[in-house]
Amino acid sequence: MAFVDRLGEILSEGGQGGIILTSIDALADWSRGKSLWAMPMGTACCAMELIAASFAKFDFDRHGSFPRPDPRHTDVMVVAGTITRKMAPAVKRLYEQMPEPKWVIAMGNCAVSGGIFFYDSYSVIRGVDEFLPVDVYIAGCPPRPESLQDAVLRLRELISTESIAPGVKHERTLSLPRSGDVSFGVRPGSAEEGDAE
Amino acid sequence: MNITELRDHLCEQHPDLCPLFSIEFGDGVLSVSCDKLYEAASGLRDLGFDRLGMATAVDRGETFEVVYRLTSRSMSVGIFLKCHVPRDAPKTNSLFPLWPAALWQEREIFDMFGIDFEGHPDMRRILLPDDWVGHPLRRDYTDDRMIRRPDYI
Repeated sequence: MAFVDRLGEILSEGGQGGIILTSIDALADWSRGKSLWAMPMGTACCAMELIAASFAKFDFDRHGSFPRPDPRHTDVMVVAGTITRKMAPAVKRLYEQMPEPKWVIAMGNCAVSGGIFFYDSYSVIRGVDEFLPVDVYIAGCPPRPESLQDAVLRLRELISTESIAPGVKHERTLSLPRSGDVSFGVRPGSAEEGDAE
Repeated sequence: MNITELRDHLCEQHPDLCPLFSIEFGDGVLSVSCDKLYEAASGLRDLGFDRLGMATAVDRGETFEVVYRLTSRSMSVGIFLKCHVPRDAPKTNSLFPLWPAALWQEREIFDMFGIDFEGHPDMRRILLPDDWVGHPLRRDYTDDRMIRRPDYI
């Protein structure tokens, strides 16, 4: 314990500057949503928008989201396109290969509900939520790349409410704070919020 | 070669096929009975139709219409070869010995319409899972997962 107490002093003496001490779960909760590597499960025309989102014009990488076609390296599966009854076991198997924690974005009408194939189709799954736990739904046929980026930002908000500590759930709203909002920059449970109540 | 030249050439070489030839929407169509299909197809191949571009089927109610699209590189002309198989006994000859391209095309017709091709070396489903029940492109196909489109849409 004595060493930990003197850690800052020791590092300062070494010319390395100060250090920040925090609990591991708070650091993990803060950092977890910042680098969502995406598994591009593109099966139809939505995959074109998925590809466009990660190229220079829309630049997915600035949100920390990076397409990585390997389920073992990814955090979020973007199901972009029509899933047929024959394809569904393969999608489920890829999802099971992703390490925890993992999330799913259903991109486009086909992944949300079956889309234009909802009626009179013998082969199309009516929404990937029949066999995957979907976190964010994006409507559109196909959605714009901006919609996908907005979905990733929403997913980051969702992830920021979760904690790796058991039984702990951060109370944060799911809407993105804007600079004009009265609550912008106010942390939940802080003094200002307590005064307002 | 255009369609009328093809008709004259066909009538000259195969007088028995001549009355079965017609021109529909600017395309030459040879509509034969299914027990004469292989015979007519080998005649067309000897005439110079060396390429099977497409094979499909249409549900016409009482019958299924099997359609082959043949083209000739030497004559620069195409022709449709059709025959009607009865719905209660959907069986016809495979054209795989004449054009190997029929291998997967006829498997797809079997998958979607349930038409059996005699002489085909590998007659099993190609797109749907092997344990699928029924043939979904038949007009009377239904299963308990399908959702019928309501009238108001």
